[in-house]
Amino acid sequence: MGGKHYLPLTDEDRQEMLSTIGVKSIEDLFSDIPAEVRLQRELDLPPALSELEAVKHLNSLAAKNKHLNNCISFMGAGVYDHFIPSVIKHITGRSEFYTSYTPYQPEISQGVLQAIFEYQTMICQLTGMDVANASMYDGGTAVAEGAIMGCGATRRSKALVSQAVSPFYRAVLKNYFNSRGLPLEEIPLKDGKTDFAKLEEMIDDQVASVVLQQPNFFGLVEDFDGVADLVHNHKAALVVSVDPLSLPLLQAPADYGADIVVGEGQSLGVPPSFGGPLLGIMAARQSFVRQMPGRIAGETVDSEGNRGFVLTLQTREQHIRREKASSNICSNEALVALAAAVYMAAMGPQGMHEVAEQCLQKTAYARQKITALSGFEAAFSGHNFKEFAVKVPGKPEDINKKLLQKDILGGVDISPFYPELENTMLFAVTEKRTREEIDTLVQELEGWK
Amino acid sequence: MRKAKALLFEMGRSGRQGYSLPSCDVPEKPVDELLPKKMLRTEPLEIPELSEVEVIRHYTELSTRNFGVDTGFYPLGSCTMKYNPKVNEEVAALPGFACMHPCQPEHTVQGALELYYNMEQHLKELTGMERFTMQPSAGAHGELTGLMIIQAYHRNRDDHKRNKVLIPVTAHGTNPATVTMAGYEVVQIPSDDRGNVDLAALKEAVDDTTSALMLTNPSTLGLFEEEITEMARVVHDAGGLLYYDGANLNAIMGYARPGDMGFDVVHLNIHKTLSTPHGGGGPGSGPVGVKERLVPYLPVPLVGKKGDHFYFDYDLPESIGKVHSFYGNFGVVIKAYNYMRMMGAEGLKQASTDAVLNSNYLASLLKKTYYIPYDRIRKHEFVVSAKPEKKKGAGAGDIAKALLDRGFHPPTVYFPLIVDEALMTEPNDTESKETLDAYAQAMEDIAKDIDQDAEKVAAGPYHTVVGRLDEVRAVRNPILRWEKK
Repeated sequence: MGGKHYLPLTDEDRQEMLSTIGVKSIEDLFSDIPAEVRLQRELDLPPALSELEAVKHLNSLAAKNKHLNNCISFMGAGVYDHFIPSVIKHITGRSEFYTSYTPYQPEISQGVLQAIFEYQTMICQLTGMDVANASMYDGGTAVAEGAIMGCGATRRSKALVSQAVSPFYRAVLKNYFNSRGLPLEEIPLKDGKTDFAKLEEMIDDQVASVVLQQPNFFGLVEDFDGVADLVHNHKAALVVSVDPLSLPLLQAPADYGADIVVGEGQSLGVPPSFGGPLLGIMAARQSFVRQMPGRIAGETVDSEGNRGFVLTLQTREQHIRREKASSNICSNEALVALAAAVYMAAMGPQGMHEVAEQCLQKTAYARQKITALSGFEAAFSGHNFKEFAVKVPGKPEDINKKLLQKDILGGVDISPFYPELENTMLFAVTEKRTREEIDTLVQELEGWK
Repeated sequence: MRKAKALLFEMGRSGRQGYSLPSCDVPEKPVDELLPKKMLRTEPLEIPELSEVEVIRHYTELSTRNFGVDTGFYPLGSCTMKYNPKVNEEVAALPGFACMHPCQPEHTVQGALELYYNMEQHLKELTGMERFTMQPSAGAHGELTGLMIIQAYHRNRDDHKRNKVLIPVTAHGTNPATVTMAGYEVVQIPSDDRGNVDLAALKEAVDDTTSALMLTNPSTLGLFEEEITEMARVVHDAGGLLYYDGANLNAIMGYARPGDMGFDVVHLNIHKTLSTPHGGGGPGSGPVGVKERLVPYLPVPLVGKKGDHFYFDYDLPESIGKVHSFYGNFGVVIKAYNYMRMMGAEGLKQASTDAVLNSNYLASLLKKTYYIPYDRIRKHEFVVSAKPEKKKGAGAGDIAKALLDRGFHPPTVYFPLIVDEALMTEPNDTESKETLDAYAQAMEDIAKDIDQDAEKVAAGPYHTVVGRLDEVRAVRNPILRWEKK
């Protein structure tokens, strides 16, 4: 039988236990399942594997994949190939953390609770917001819940979302709004950025949330001057999705008037894992805290006056409020938030700044080199943080195929999400890319026909 | 002597660093040339400066202030805190999985797609459903996805008046919260004297505005719904659908399948039933399975197979769309897949057998001392009511704190709501008889302590790194982040 090493009961134990219960057989313990729904056969699953065989099987599956450790990656679009300090896996690998449940019993969960409290603090420090939660599932669900949070806070139902927000996030947002029957409209683009003149036309007193992204999906830094005033004049909430790793360089969202800050936190020391687990970030101004979804850790004292931490403001949450809760979220991405916290602690302000600046410099270098090639041109003008869109002289799929022969994972083909942008690729360049690697990419692209 | 642990922000010193990076090897330009001046950060980051040793010691100390399954017995009801096999962590961390980008071309991710494909076959067989999506990242996320699918099904049939979802009073809090999130109204169905859903009340409540019935079976009382077939008939006859909350599937693997009970949509909590760790509150994974008539509405993409080639299938015109930026918590699915491959059919059934045996055994030990309502053969969990102890001066919450002092994680307290002073207890399949005996003894000792000095019990715990924490104060005077004094 498989998994015997995980099941400590012996046949002798089982017999003794049955007699303590006062039944004759195991079958008696399942007599409450009506015969008509009992499975009358054994499950048809492949034969059980020993640990040795299982590892071999999983290794063989993993070996069929290309990955960022055996390729040079220029893929981004929300998930990036950043340097991950070794300390992170040693901390998240401590089983006191990873084998615990949500910290409902605070006296034996101070480790997770304090780590969440510190994570919340660092997210607040990055964004300039007053309060952050313990995490959402990913960037997409964070954007959706952020927009819904704006509805709760303004008691309105409509959201406007910029087409410069990741199409992956907008897909989730659309689904969440459609399910609830809430209206959602898209703000068009102008040269790769949100068309704020259009926003001015579209915004009215029905709008609850205006959702933007900084840097936007194309890696462009948008000019948010005056946007918050426009949104606030209509008493709507400004929801901004950010890449936290851009914030050592870019203005804190609080400073340009954001009310709710969401985003994908994968760049903070989290492996890409084929797109999950990721880390949804959620922070807001103090006045929005009652509408905030998810877990929040707070400081308090114990019976002797010592500082300690608990989950707090739980009357927002499903296990207390049930159908009146601000969200249904329960299990979130706590261990990934821990990874992000360890990342920020290890990198410190200087390390994060250095990473952000290297992304900026290397992206500028790559952008200049690639767009200097004949047939390749920047899709948009403007300032790019760590990725940029390029109109290419061929099918992105074919270009990527050629690059792969040199073990290069090229840019993400974004034409399917923006039909008006034919043959356009989004290249991401992180601090991990060397000049040599960038030059190799440029060399391979050169002369493409 | 108890002592508060310093925060990161109270440690370190300006000039320390905990990282090393290569220097920038491309020609550099001034930052304010590369970024618009008015969008530049004006204040430096406040994050502390620490050496690597300080970071490691800080988090290592924090880990010692935390209790996990590896620390000890964790009978948290409806959470299935079973042992998390170590090998699963190892295989999920293989670079060929953990370092894959979600936008890689299909032919470079064949191993990952094969794993998703195989996992779907296994989950279909385990539950009796037609197809699965792995996109939902947690149980509650699965619930929302499931209700969206049900909603799309009704809408597509121009059946627009179905605005209600029925849920039993024993349901997890996520159920009613999900119903609201999906834009539905909750109709609550009471339980009968045996702890089953009250069939008469259900019949009364069902009508042409019923979108679905959400049900956990076995329920949070640990009881199998004996009238499940009739319940399914009643809901289906009225044009509604049945949603299965898989939180408690650990009780019935290999014995019964939600698909055979008449459920149309199922979510699994693979971070419960299929052994993946909870991570202190995620990441989890909540795959959703559906019957054939609901397949067109599943989120895109699904994973298909043509010959030896695996592919993303976006060809679902009626799909609800996406519920996750990419394909769900792949890293978690790998662990569950490895678990299923190692357990096999027989092992999974034995796990459910032992989970149910442990639960009935522990209940029969505890009922010598405590009151256990709905006393009949139960599945993987049972609920103790500490109402009599509460009258003596120490209730469920106090018993929980007394358990902390004895080295056990307590059961889920004050839930389900229909049992006063509830202690929802789930000893799962990976616990030995000795552990259950020791726990029963601890519970007996606590009962004696309450008889002798309930006030003392109510003021515990005494041996934890902090004393009882003041949760009321945390709400009245919320401190949600550290701030420079």
